[in-house]
Amino acid sequence: MNVVVCVKQIPDPAEPGKLEADNTLDRSGKLILDESDSYGVEMALQLVDAAGGGEVTLVSMAPNNETSGLRTALAMGAAKAILVSDEALSGAGALDTAKVLAAAIKRAEPDLVMAATESSDGYTGTVPEQVAALLGLPSITFAKHVEISGENVDVQRQTELGYDEVEAPLPALVSVTAGVVEPRYPSFKGIMAAKSKPVDQLTLADLGIDPGTVGAAGAGQEIVAVDEAPAREAGEIVEDDGEGFAKIVAFLEDLKVI
Amino acid sequence: MALNRIWVYAEAADGKVAPIALEMLTKARELAGTVEAVYGGGDTDAVAPALGAHGATKVYATGDLQGSTPGVPVSSAIAKLIGDGDAPDLVLFGTTYEGRDVAARLSVALDKPVVTNNTDIAVDGDAVVLTEPIFGGTKLVRTRFTTPGPNIALIRPKSFAAEESGGGAPEVVTIEVPDQGTAKVKNRHVEETSGPKLDEADIVVSGGRGLGEAEKFQVIEDLAKALKGAPGASRAIVDAGWVPYSYQVGQTGKVVKPNVYIAAGISGATQHLVGMKGAKNIIAINKDAEAPIFSVADLGIVGDVHKVLPKLLEALQSR
Ligand SMILES: Cc1cc2nc3c(=O)[nH]c(=O)nc-3n(C[C@H](O)[C@H](O)[C@H](O)COP(=O)(O)OP(=O)(O)OC[C@H]3O[C@@H](n4cnc5c(N)ncnc54)[C@H](O)[C@@H]3O)c2cc1C
Ligand SMILES: Nc1ncnc2c1ncn2[C@@H]1O[C@H](COP(=O)(O)O)[C@@H](O)[C@H]1O
Repeated sequence: MNVVVCVKQIPDPAEPGKLEADNTLDRSGKLILDESDSYGVEMALQLVDAAGGGEVTLVSMAPNNETSGLRTALAMGAAKAILVSDEALSGAGALDTAKVLAAAIKRAEPDLVMAATESSDGYTGTVPEQVAALLGLPSITFAKHVEISGENVDVQRQTELGYDEVEAPLPALVSVTAGVVEPRYPSFKGIMAAKSKPVDQLTLADLGIDPGTVGAAGAGQEIVAVDEAPAREAGEIVEDDGEGFAKIVAFLEDLKVI
Repeated sequence: MALNRIWVYAEAADGKVAPIALEMLTKARELAGTVEAVYGGGDTDAVAPALGAHGATKVYATGDLQGSTPGVPVSSAIAKLIGDGDAPDLVLFGTTYEGRDVAARLSVALDKPVVTNNTDIAVDGDAVVLTEPIFGGTKLVRTRFTTPGPNIALIRPKSFAAEESGGGAPEVVTIEVPDQGTAKVKNRHVEETSGPKLDEADIVVSGGRGLGEAEKFQVIEDLAKALKGAPGASRAIVDAGWVPYSYQVGQTGKVVKPNVYIAAGISGATQHLVGMKGAKNIIAINKDAEAPIFSVADLGIVGDVHKVLPKLLEALQSR
């Protein structure tokens, strides 16, 4: 079984986010593997293992031919990667991203496509479903458990009230939540092996996509302003001296909720 | 200038319309002359009155989805309606499990962008301007569509208060579903809960990794009960399996706006803050005085949850 995992490479979330002059997120620094996507990579590796054959291919769209995040996922055990990098993609929206990913995924002819429910930096939560629609695949989002049974993928899908058991015929797309599996740490051997694994670097032209239809040029939306949000007034912060609980009781009494 | 017409995607469970649909209908009334709802389900008679009472003059209903997840059937039905020439200026979806799926598929069908994670909508001239909070809600990004409608936007729950319009029963129109899709729900599992719902409770008591271990969550449950509120959690302890996902507050969990929110052993990551910053009163208990949660707290106790919470529970229970 062949699985494609969409992996996003993002600015380190531990660093404070910055905006570019055009108000898009600053992605000029080093990018790392979005932790949200490590779950999809692990799930894919386990499914391929369970199927007894096949491989995991990574697909990513990122500026400046960035591969740091891909190397992390390759070190976990993915076999190879497709990276789409093109200056025309600056300012790309979710739909543009999905068009690019879909074109790249097609090349790998997967039985299953995996993604995360949402990315850590963009969190639109729409890219995977858009990719599925573009590829004409059924899709199941918010997966907290994934199994292959015969020609189908069986998923426990998170819901408002619990979970649903959902089934779709392969090929299909599944987006996973954190907690679907515990991602492995890359081993030293894995890290060494990842250095020589193939990363196919593509441009929009290679994919046959007209640059005018994706990126800022084709986004269909523009940022008109970025304003400071009104700050919350500073509250009273006290050290617990054994009576901290009484402060809370008094606060609740003042509000007349007790 | 106002918009002509807005459609609101209405979700419902067991015949009860989700609050987010009523919130969006209420806001849409301010922005457009005509407000209509799209419903993906068979029990239209059960949901139509509430939709009408909140301003929908018409409900487009797909009929029973035959076990399909809503993404494919509902988006194909909306796209067909629009393709046949019946197009609104704007289609609004809630940032929910279903709303995101339908909106994303509709965007592909119409080849139009979706603007996501919005907490406000305005009409400027004839352009729709959306507001998305970023960086933990410290900045507000205003985005305008640059393509002609129908435009698609995803709205966060609790962005607007739902108010009835005094409207009567809406006209119900059954719409064609060109594609039922092949992803099918085989079984539903509903977790038992008691007490008020997390996103409707007046008081929410949430616990995080600072509780140390799963067993310690009991004190959160007990406190919530003593305050007639609902227990909540950070994602860290949901992922760790201490509590079910339905407890999660934040970006990928529930947005709550209670009168009082108590955060115990929660650091206050931006993804948690976006889910609870709207609470009227916030109380935080954390042993680290530098924890970001204190930046939004009205009352902050720098201390050990294992010392503060049991005493608090005892004081509340002895009242
Ligand atoms: C895409 C994405 C979506 C996310 N969505 C969500 C979401 O919806 N909701 C959410 O909550 N998170 C979400 N997160 C995760 C978020 O970034 C944080 O990792 C998470 O909120 C941390 O949970 P926590 O505060 O319980 O744990 P930690 O950050 O580990 O904080 C534990 C806190 O407990 C304190 N503490 C430790 N011991 C004690 C003690 N004895 N007494 C008192 N205090 C103590 C520590 O000082 C610390 O501040 C998301 C992340 C991503 C990338
Ligand atoms: N640029 C990208 N490259 C690869 N995968 C992506 C990219 N953008 C989004 N995805 C995938 O889609 C998921 C959801 O992203 P988003 O819609 O931005 O929340 C991510 O977690 C990835 O799995």
